[in-house]
Amino acid sequence: MLLDRARRTLTRIGHNFIENVWRAGAMLRFFFVLLAASGTSVRRFRLVMREVYFTGVLSLIIVMVSGLFVGMVLGLQGFETLQKYGAQDSIGVLVALSLVRELGPVVAALLFASRAGSAITAEIGLMKATEQLTAMDMMAVSPMARVIAPRFWAGVISMPMLAALFSAMGIFGGFIVGVVMVGVDPGAFWSQMQAAVDFRYDVMNGVVKSFVFGIAVTVIATFEGFDAPPTAEGVSGATTRTVVSSALTILALDLVLTAFMLRGDT
Amino acid sequence: MAPRFPLFLPRVSEENLVEIDAVSFGYGRSPVLEGISMRMRRGKVIAIMGGSGCGKTTLLRLIGGQLRPSKGEVRVGGRAVHELDREGLYALRRRMSMLFQFGALFTDMTVFDNVAFPLREHAKLSEAMVRDLVLMKLEAVGLRGAHNLMPSELSGGMSRRVALARAVVMDPMLVMYDEPFAGLDPIAMSVVGSLIRRLNDALGATSIIVTHDVVESLQIVDYLYFVAGGRVVGEGTPEQIRATELPVVHQFIHGETDGPVPFHYPAPGYDEDVGLAGAREEAAHAA
Repeated sequence: MLLDRARRTLTRIGHNFIENVWRAGAMLRFFFVLLAASGTSVRRFRLVMREVYFTGVLSLIIVMVSGLFVGMVLGLQGFETLQKYGAQDSIGVLVALSLVRELGPVVAALLFASRAGSAITAEIGLMKATEQLTAMDMMAVSPMARVIAPRFWAGVISMPMLAALFSAMGIFGGFIVGVVMVGVDPGAFWSQMQAAVDFRYDVMNGVVKSFVFGIAVTVIATFEGFDAPPTAEGVSGATTRTVVSSALTILALDLVLTAFMLRGDT
Repeated sequence: MAPRFPLFLPRVSEENLVEIDAVSFGYGRSPVLEGISMRMRRGKVIAIMGGSGCGKTTLLRLIGGQLRPSKGEVRVGGRAVHELDREGLYALRRRMSMLFQFGALFTDMTVFDNVAFPLREHAKLSEAMVRDLVLMKLEAVGLRGAHNLMPSELSGGMSRRVALARAVVMDPMLVMYDEPFAGLDPIAMSVVGSLIRRLNDALGATSIIVTHDVVESLQIVDYLYFVAGGRVVGEGTPEQIRATELPVVHQFIHGETDGPVPFHYPAPGYDEDVGLAGAREEAAHAA
């Protein structure tokens, strides 16, 4: 009895493991097919621009408002700690570095996954469920080239810009708290930030991160939508999976990228 | 200029546009079609009839190259569909079209853009020309006035007609209809029915209708196939079908609940399933 149950559990774990490895492989293959089908997105860039509006422009509000709040919180927390050491003038450095290196790309990507990623999955899943993708394929128009690839490239283009805006708004929030509310000298705020933040090392690495996150989130979102069973539960399950696996992938990739990017000499 | 799709052009004089030869197909282990054969003549409207789940839609998917037969072959214009590579298949699909059960209109586009979609994707025409062609097809289905509406604003019958306009906008040689009458009221049903017939004759196309609506299709088609259990169980012109004595066709036309198409899904004996097998014998003995 006990042995039987143990065996069943083991079988289930093994089955899930194989299933997930299989899905990862399918997703990678999907990614390559997607790249191969990207010609149309280049030739008819207007298709991509339309999706940039839906994924990027419509995510602006949530990303910018969140950025502002995160920056203000950083300002408050930073000031609280820094003033113990009399270093409250460095608040600009603290806010800017945390944002451009880490919080900007990561939090913006998490917001992007839940705002735009879930929408992409639901839209593609519903197009599949209502046979729109099959209809397109029967009209000799590849859904991969016409529907999936433009959404992918739109995400890849939007993500770094959203992350940059998040950081900019965050720094502005830090400025409001640090300079306007608690009275740090604005000259010190900006000049210390300017001196401490390196463009290539800090800013560009943040951009690289957000670019990678953009690829990861949109590949997950489009794959889950394309792979969703054509039913109501299928689409809702796929949308949930997009948000959950995007979040985990973003955080895991962040760890790996940070480990590669740190120079260790500063 | 060389013809764009030379693959199919020299064969236009052939009598049969679609030939299905001993085709078998199954999803997983359950067979759907078992050695089915059909001939579809050019210029005709052909109906494939049968109960739900008998593999009618599967047949359309095989003709359109979305599925591959496990045995036998489907030929369109003389070429085996499953042997075509992707480009050949897309070249073929530009000359055929399919009307899906619920229209499958693109929900993010207006009626106009839906009908214009195949033209904009495949034909390099000026926007003025596209507009003329689209309005012409919408006029043919009586919905020119609705060209600015979104698909969500249309009734079921209207979406079916828009999908019909989209299906014929490229003047295809073959149009496939998957349950074009499903869920329509009697008026919409005869509107769609007569449109299918008129468009087929005006375009010189060939139409295949998959349906279970006997009354409507007997009025508009040239030839019918009855499919049950993965095989063709009866065929003929509407007159032949009306006069036929075949039990399965009779059952279908008269809507009898049980007959050659059984009411019950295959199952072990009922007594056995509810644990009464022994009890009945005992009762019989006692009597």
